[in-house]
Amino acid sequence: MTANDIVLEANEITKHFPGVLANDHVSIDLRKGEIHALLGENGAGKTTLMNILYGLYKPDSGQVVLNGKSIVIHSPKDSIEAGIGMVHQHFMLIPAFSVAENIMLGDETTHAGVLDIKAVSQRVRELSHQYGLEVDPDAKVGQLSVGAQQRVEIVKTLYRNANIIILDEPTAVLTPQETEDLFRIMRQLTARGVSIIFITHKLKEVLAVADRITVMRAGRVAGTVKPKETNEPKLASMMVGREVILTVQKQPARPKDEVLRVEDLRVLDDRDLEVIRGVSFDVRSGEIFGIAGVQGNGQTQLAEALTGLRPMKNGKVIMAGKDVSGKPPRPIIETGLAHIPEDRQRHGLVLSYSVADNMVLCNYYLEPFARGGVLQQEKVDENARRLIRDFDVRTPSPYVPTSKLSGGNQQKVIVARELSRPVKLLIASQPTRGLDVGSIEYIHKEIVAMRDRGVGVLLISAELDEIMALSDRIAVMYQGQIMDVVKANEATKESLGLLMAGIKSSETAEAAAPRP
Amino acid sequence: MQSTADKGFIRRLGQLLNPLLVPFLAIVTAVILGGIIIKVVGGDPIAAYKGLVQGAFGSPSALSETAVWSTPYIFAGLAVALGFKGGLFNIGAEGQIAFGAVAAALIGYALPGWLHTSIPPYIHIPLAVGAGILAGAIWGGIPGALKAYTGGHEVINTIMMNYIALNITSYLLNGPMRDPNPLNLSARTPEIAVSARIPPIFDIPGMRVHWGFVLALLMAVVVWWLLWKTTLGFEIRTVGANPDAAKYAGINVKWIITLTMALSGALAGLAGAIEVTALNYRHELGFSTGYGFDAIAIALLGKNNPYGIILAAILFGAMRNGATRMQFLTQIPIDIISVIQALILLFVAADAIIRFIYRIRAREERVVLTRGWGG
Repeated sequence: MTANDIVLEANEITKHFPGVLANDHVSIDLRKGEIHALLGENGAGKTTLMNILYGLYKPDSGQVVLNGKSIVIHSPKDSIEAGIGMVHQHFMLIPAFSVAENIMLGDETTHAGVLDIKAVSQRVRELSHQYGLEVDPDAKVGQLSVGAQQRVEIVKTLYRNANIIILDEPTAVLTPQETEDLFRIMRQLTARGVSIIFITHKLKEVLAVADRITVMRAGRVAGTVKPKETNEPKLASMMVGREVILTVQKQPARPKDEVLRVEDLRVLDDRDLEVIRGVSFDVRSGEIFGIAGVQGNGQTQLAEALTGLRPMKNGKVIMAGKDVSGKPPRPIIETGLAHIPEDRQRHGLVLSYSVADNMVLCNYYLEPFARGGVLQQEKVDENARRLIRDFDVRTPSPYVPTSKLSGGNQQKVIVARELSRPVKLLIASQPTRGLDVGSIEYIHKEIVAMRDRGVGVLLISAELDEIMALSDRIAVMYQGQIMDVVKANEATKESLGLLMAGIKSSETAEAAAPRP
Repeated sequence: MQSTADKGFIRRLGQLLNPLLVPFLAIVTAVILGGIIIKVVGGDPIAAYKGLVQGAFGSPSALSETAVWSTPYIFAGLAVALGFKGGLFNIGAEGQIAFGAVAAALIGYALPGWLHTSIPPYIHIPLAVGAGILAGAIWGGIPGALKAYTGGHEVINTIMMNYIALNITSYLLNGPMRDPNPLNLSARTPEIAVSARIPPIFDIPGMRVHWGFVLALLMAVVVWWLLWKTTLGFEIRTVGANPDAAKYAGINVKWIITLTMALSGALAGLAGAIEVTALNYRHELGFSTGYGFDAIAIALLGKNNPYGIILAAILFGAMRNGATRMQFLTQIPIDIISVIQALILLFVAADAIIRFIYRIRAREERVVLTRGWGG
């Protein structure tokens, strides 16, 4: 490779935020037609670096070099003109608009002052054909799957003549199949001369798709490697700075009394369609009962119905011997429920609240945190300091707004709060979604520790690896029904995969009954 | 050399004063612009502002009148701010004030007659004020319940409730509650009994400042304590900040929404009740016009902080009070004060303008739109 191949270069970039050195003399270069993965934990400085390249932040020092020339990027507009496009983790699309309308948004093609949708549609079709991205310019964005919306975002950058595309955590929202599709698209783009910076914290993905991997840790570059020269454990320790145990270590479960029994549960979704269609199962204390399944098969609504966040249409829920069917959240929580919600920012936290306040979100009204309706702030703060220490939450103090914490630490706040209460049942929905290796390892360990203390755990996750690593028994959900319940040590990825696709084999049925 | 303790103190002082910076600069800017307007219409801005300040703070009686003006502003500003903290926009303070005044007046003049006996002040005053609080609470609680249980938007419903309240008040003051004195030509109630009157603080003629002003200051402390020190306040703020998380935490969101609106209405009702029992000794149509709407401005200027609201309310009270003196001295119409108040509000609401003019670094704040018109 010669220096001429380098299309984009960040040189010794340094960026301070109040109290944080987000980028510390970071250098990275991108060659023409390569996929360069930027790997790192949450808060390692990946997104800061990319926001500098995209013109959202100004670096304190260091320079950006484009095609051999040093450039200054003041705004996203500059970077778009320089041929840099960015696909954010959260899409910037308007659901009510068509694909073509979304694509031209901010760069409208007009003909005598009238929007020329036809020309845009035509161009989108050409691009879609040229780069092998299936996108229907006339479809409404709101009706597209997440994967298809992401393709729209990519086409949007191509429409603006980007030849460098930054993908920020693109796989966080995708199913395994959609991830495969994305990788295929990425390879097609690079084959046509586009260069891609691929930001992620998932080790398997970088090994599968990247040409080169730069690992960032705590604002610095920990090294740049080729996939052939490395492996998952090596990358993980580069990311975290120490040895990481990627598998979960646990003893066989010793299940005891039943803590949750669900009988013929039926639940409607927001459009009044029945998405839980007669589900029955039970969870015992001291076991982890995993619910596997492709996302969108009713897992979200199942967790919401069991925790009182969503009304149930039919059925019975018995928690710790008490009938809690149709009860609101508080009596269910008081029965002994801990709940790690799927959407941590929507349900799990009040982002504007301090870490300390969030850590008593479910029991602020109980002694010792309140007495006679008056908050005991010292007790609240004391509790926070203890949990921050015990659960290793990285926060400058208990008083900072939770919105200032990284995603992993926000999740730790929830985990600390929920696991520190005396509970009988833990419902954990996607407990490690979007988190980095270090946090995942930690949360897994805590969930297993909960089990060993005799708590029943209902684990709902779209990550099959996670379900298989943690669960003692596994139920597979498909279109609102449980296909089968199998023992974890008898389950294979293939057998679960078939069930997840809705194919039932008679052999697996016998393992369903729990044996205390 | 400065010790670190000193530096820490200065930093903390800075943090304490920082939220006041934008409102302060907004006021300065509005005053400058107001001065330019006065100049353009041919007046003398310096003389005008001198008159304004003199009228508001220039003498003991001016100070007293400023306090009198500020009292309903404090109560009503607190009402709106409490709603905001719970994520609710109470535009209905105007109607709640009107009903609070009507109820307090009714108990004030009619109760001794109903009971065929005189009532000692320490019973009569709380009853009259309590009736006003209750009336406001009901009138605020209704749109709250409508929001919580049917999804009807509180902005629309409180506006509608204003019309209903003001028209019912008009009917009552012209009809059943009209002062029967044959000399009376206006739509007003009879005077309330002496036993229902909150006395002035000083027994000096011309010093109208009354204990209601002290009550307003106390109420700011109570609202602050309620919001930040009690579990109910935690619930109100949680529902306001993130209703989904509130539900997850086991808070009865619907009940809290209803209660927040009722409490907000109660404070507005208190504003009306105090105007009747401590100042006017009766309710008259047109006594309270505008307090409920100015209250929104005051809550905004005070950044929904109870202590900020005291400052904002005194500012508004002082401007209203000083305006008369300004007009008397300089013949500049009182309306210029409304213009300045509107400018202050504009700059506080769109604080990007102020931050741009004075080059203040913006905090990370995204544009906040209302959560839509649904439930």
